[in-house]
Amino acid sequence: MTIKGKAYIAGVYEHPTRLAADKSLAQLHAEVAKGALEDAGLSKDDVDGYFCAGDAPGLGPLSMIDYLGLKVRHMDTTETGGSSYTIHVAHAAEAIATGKCRVALITLAGRPRAEGMATGTAPRNYGGAAPDVQFEAPYAPVVANLYAMCAMRHMYQYGTTSEQLAWIKVAASHHAQHNTHALLREVVTVEDVVNSPMIADPLHRLDCCVITDGGGALIVVAPEVARSLKRPLVKLIGAGEAPKNQMGGKVDLTYSGAVWSGPRAFAESGITPADIKYASIYDSFTITVLMTLEDLGFCEKGKGGSFVADGNLISGSGKLPFNTDGGGLCNNHPGNRGSMTKVIEAVRQLRGEAHPKVQVPNCDLALAHGTGGSLGTRHGSATLILERE
Amino acid sequence: MAAKERIIAAPPVNPETKPFWDAAAEGKLLLKKCAACGEFHYYPRAICPFCFSDRTEWRAASGRGTIYSYSVMRRATVPYAIAYVALEEGVAMLTNIVDCDFDAIRIGRKVSLVFKPSDGGPPVPMFTLSP
Repeated sequence: MTIKGKAYIAGVYEHPTRLAADKSLAQLHAEVAKGALEDAGLSKDDVDGYFCAGDAPGLGPLSMIDYLGLKVRHMDTTETGGSSYTIHVAHAAEAIATGKCRVALITLAGRPRAEGMATGTAPRNYGGAAPDVQFEAPYAPVVANLYAMCAMRHMYQYGTTSEQLAWIKVAASHHAQHNTHALLREVVTVEDVVNSPMIADPLHRLDCCVITDGGGALIVVAPEVARSLKRPLVKLIGAGEAPKNQMGGKVDLTYSGAVWSGPRAFAESGITPADIKYASIYDSFTITVLMTLEDLGFCEKGKGGSFVADGNLISGSGKLPFNTDGGGLCNNHPGNRGSMTKVIEAVRQLRGEAHPKVQVPNCDLALAHGTGGSLGTRHGSATLILERE
Repeated sequence: MAAKERIIAAPPVNPETKPFWDAAAEGKLLLKKCAACGEFHYYPRAICPFCFSDRTEWRAASGRGTIYSYSVMRRATVPYAIAYVALEEGVAMLTNIVDCDFDAIRIGRKVSLVFKPSDGGPPVPMFTLSP
């Protein structure tokens, strides 16, 4: 059984706020849900499936379904950190394909900026019962230095340079200048990136994504629902998910779970990386993008540095336009969870609703990829392939 | 110098891992080796993550290894070096590189075991650059 063609993304909404000091977390979930339903042309009462992850307050779906006033017959709370929402799209398609629901709502919200969270540089507490914590917490792993170790190893093994990594941020900034909601709209140069303060060797401040409040929502629907609506038809044609970790001590930081999630998604869709017109790639850090592009097969392993260099990811001039909203590096990383906005911008591109300066001509095939958790310890990778019908 | 020491979080010891931390208190690094498949694994578990046998046994590590990767956390109040050290026994462990010039740390450098006190818990295995 396949999910190919069994579900469509009919509604998307990205919250315009980047600092939500005046809103509650539940309120943000509700505002994005309302926005996505209005985008689709559906109402709250049409929703019969609800998906949320660890960012939802209280007892997850039970608290949120109560607060939102939903009446659903299907719930899913898959939690893989920032990649949860790409996985939710695939699981919503599975639920729709098996008749468990027809209109699935997926929400994400967070307010780390209002709460003063040091997202990348302070230890996170996952609780002492997590089996890894006692063997890791004493060494002060944080998001930045765990991803930095992947970059350090990639440089050692493949000769990747800081300047090559910087090109990823440069491309994102070229896109963000056109996004009025983006947190950082200034176009930066390779020199700006490598001269920004060192956070965790070899990652500089401008290799790191932004910290923002806000959120996003998606409406995934059955084919007959999609065809009854007035929006362009954006069909899910392939999906793959994969966890990766330290593998019992056989640590290898040079690749991500995308080596498994990508081929699964491409095999289901029946297309290849060369067919993709636009790619949304989770960009928690520049190194995340570089490794993911290699692992998804857009270039040979170890050649990511030369692939991303010289503006190859810039829409209009590069071969693979990526993150045309400015991505997590410049635009938005709501709740420290970036895969929701990856799906949203992919849908905008397929609908032809991206900003005219970054819209990819005849964009009929797009990829959205999420990486949740940490590349340096354990993470969940998820790949979606979407087609405009 | 003492004022600039980083506070090391105490590991939350549990019944499954108490022997590891009891040995650490005596200056020994223990690993788990599976009697069924012969593989070392890390971090230690009661059931082997490779073959799922429950015949896992504690073995003392040599305490020697090489740096697989590292990063110096420049933005911390007290900068520190995190690393994966590939142990002679064939597994890599997350750790810190201590008591050295951070600028001398390189991938592939040989390191040796030291223990550092934690904040109210057992001492924690770390590594320093071998001469």
